[in-house]
Amino acid sequence: MNDSRRSNRPPLSLHIPEPPARPGEEADFSDIQVLPAGVTPRPDSSAEPHSMRDLAFGLVRVLDDDGQAVGPWNPRLSADAMRAILRNMALTRAFDDRMFRAQRQGKTSFYMKCTGEEAVAVAQAHALDREDMCFPSYRQQGILIARGHPLVGMMNQIYSNKGDALKGRQLPIMYSSPEYGFFTVSGNLTTQLPQAVGWAMASASKGDSRIAAAWCGEGSTAEGDFHAAMTFATVYRAPVIFNVVNNQWAISSFAGFAGGEATTFAARAIGYGIAGLRVDGNDALAVYAATAWAAERARTNNGPTLIEHFTYRAEGHSTSDDPSAYRSAEERVKWPLGDPIVRLKAHLVAIGEWDDARHAAMDLEVAESVKAAQKEAEKNGILGHGMHQPFETMFEDVFEEMPPHLKEQQAQMLAERMRKWPDGSQGPR
Amino acid sequence: MSNAPAPTRRMNMIEAINDAMRLAMARDDDVVVFGEDVGFFGGVFRATAGLQQEFGKTRSFDTPITECGIIGVAVGMAAYGLRPVPEIQFADYIYPALDQLVSEAARIRYRSAGQWHMPITVRSPFGGGIFGGQTHSQSPEGIFTHVSGLKTVIPSTPYDAKGLLLAAIEDNDPVIFFEPKRIYNGPFDGHYDRPVQPWAKHPASEVPEGHYTIPLGKAALVREGQDLTVITYGTMVHVGLAAVEELGVDADVIDLRTLIPLDIETIEASVKKTGRCVIIHEATRTSGFGAELAAQIQERCFYHLEAPIERVTGFDTPYPHSLEWAYFPGPVRIGMAIEKVMKD
Repeated sequence: MNDSRRSNRPPLSLHIPEPPARPGEEADFSDIQVLPAGVTPRPDSSAEPHSMRDLAFGLVRVLDDDGQAVGPWNPRLSADAMRAILRNMALTRAFDDRMFRAQRQGKTSFYMKCTGEEAVAVAQAHALDREDMCFPSYRQQGILIARGHPLVGMMNQIYSNKGDALKGRQLPIMYSSPEYGFFTVSGNLTTQLPQAVGWAMASASKGDSRIAAAWCGEGSTAEGDFHAAMTFATVYRAPVIFNVVNNQWAISSFAGFAGGEATTFAARAIGYGIAGLRVDGNDALAVYAATAWAAERARTNNGPTLIEHFTYRAEGHSTSDDPSAYRSAEERVKWPLGDPIVRLKAHLVAIGEWDDARHAAMDLEVAESVKAAQKEAEKNGILGHGMHQPFETMFEDVFEEMPPHLKEQQAQMLAERMRKWPDGSQGPR
Repeated sequence: MSNAPAPTRRMNMIEAINDAMRLAMARDDDVVVFGEDVGFFGGVFRATAGLQQEFGKTRSFDTPITECGIIGVAVGMAAYGLRPVPEIQFADYIYPALDQLVSEAARIRYRSAGQWHMPITVRSPFGGGIFGGQTHSQSPEGIFTHVSGLKTVIPSTPYDAKGLLLAAIEDNDPVIFFEPKRIYNGPFDGHYDRPVQPWAKHPASEVPEGHYTIPLGKAALVREGQDLTVITYGTMVHVGLAAVEELGVDADVIDLRTLIPLDIETIEASVKKTGRCVIIHEATRTSGFGAELAAQIQERCFYHLEAPIERVTGFDTPYPHSLEWAYFPGPVRIGMAIEKVMKD
């Protein structure tokens, strides 16, 4: 190998990114510059992307350390509206806790929490119109909850039980609901981004007024689909909002493996001539304001926006993950942007619209409603305890009409059931 | 041809495909056509010529050069309620779109339990015989027939191309519509050293001007015989027919037209009658669609077979440029296979 090296040149070296802290080490967030709330300017929602490039490197923040809402991005929401966001975040967290535990109790195969990231989906659902179409990734259960999707229906999906609208076909949390403007979640990352652009292009070409929004993690911005989506969106000025939820970790890979050492994820927008905003993702009011700005921009034919939500994945990637194996356990408590529920609560308390007692009562109320929903959902069964869908449904919905080869295979499967359960019961339902 | 209305007009394959899209767009505002060079210019093979001028830029338009984006956007449009007809300029370019086709378009009806469906028709020129080298000659249909939830359609004449494309566009599931580009302008008997024949002399270039469909999943028996069954599709229908005539074999020649869903009934009836079978496709041999056909035929017709089933295919090499005609499964390779099957 050395023979091929020119002797008068220094050897090359390959850079392999390394996060600031590993297990057992002190959490180190010294490279994160936390700008004070209120200092980031708010351009007009029709501003040219080139005039607002600084925003891709700034941090839109509304809630300051004293719990006050400050600066040009303050959405000036009513106390009722803020309490509704607070409750939906708390409900999402309670739902996550309960379903995580259900997985640990063996009632389902898999679960994914969004703990610490509730502001992203919940405040965004409040900022979007109810009719706007969402193309989520796997950690935006907050959208469904904020839009009022029945919890029982979500749990039925998680349990793949006989009440599951998706007939037990999808991994838990891969929800789908046209009624709630929530596109079927894919396990293949960022495929939903070009899809959101296509939906938005269709809406625009039909003279509709609805816009689309899509979510992905910072890790999967490395996927080709992300860049295809950005290109299509800028070319056709599609009415779409791209949300990059930068929660610092893609399973065990820190943001550096998606290019986070070199620049921000909001700055991806600059190369495409798209408006880019970098937002404190744990500040529900900032998330709301940025989303409302981007929605207005899209709705007035001023094109797409990329929002980087700077946040922290407070727990494991999923129930199959143990983050203590690759990151400092201190990170969660030392995260410099705090917790979205605690921060919005502090604001409501500071302005005299909330107190500890009401918060405790709310926590109890949401926990009770989750518990009641769980009880209801479990009446429809839990995963692995009986077959909840008739066997023959396996072959439905592959095509609109079942072609001969699937009919043949369906007959084969039913013959297998008869061999296993000759009494014709087809086994436990 | 029962639902084919008069009058008719001579069309080559490109004109028939163009006519199908024009009709589909006129009948349904939700049909949109897009792809690389598809809009103003009308496509590198002219298949979409005039559509933008007739239906406007939001119905037929150019796209960025990202196949993943083209199909991803088609999925989103279908979710909205449109009926997209994206073009992938060459089948060889379709691979960046595989995730959107295989994991998304093909699965969305199933994974959403019917909440959404994907009425997308992906048109793409495929196959060799035009000195296209390894990136403009491939036949990747076997990749798509292997995917649950996709239909794969390959026409062999202008008449079929129009009727099948209209059926594909009107179908509520995703269809891969591969167009054999060697026969866009005329049928091909496999003799590359002979003058090119125009479609005008072929009866199937007489194409009805109005709307008609050819149902997906129905093969065509394009030649009837007693001694041998030749199963093929696309360009190879014409090559196979010519070979049969040249050898003087009394063969059934079946043009599958649709690979998935497969018309196994037509195949089974023919092979049970003749007892001998040759499968011809241009695609590479190993794990090709011919393997699937051979397996299904022996499952159903084993005791009727007089000889082992023969496959005539492209070789398992990349499609070579200068050695194209040594690669192509032409009259010699087909002849050797037929002789072998007939001898046993």
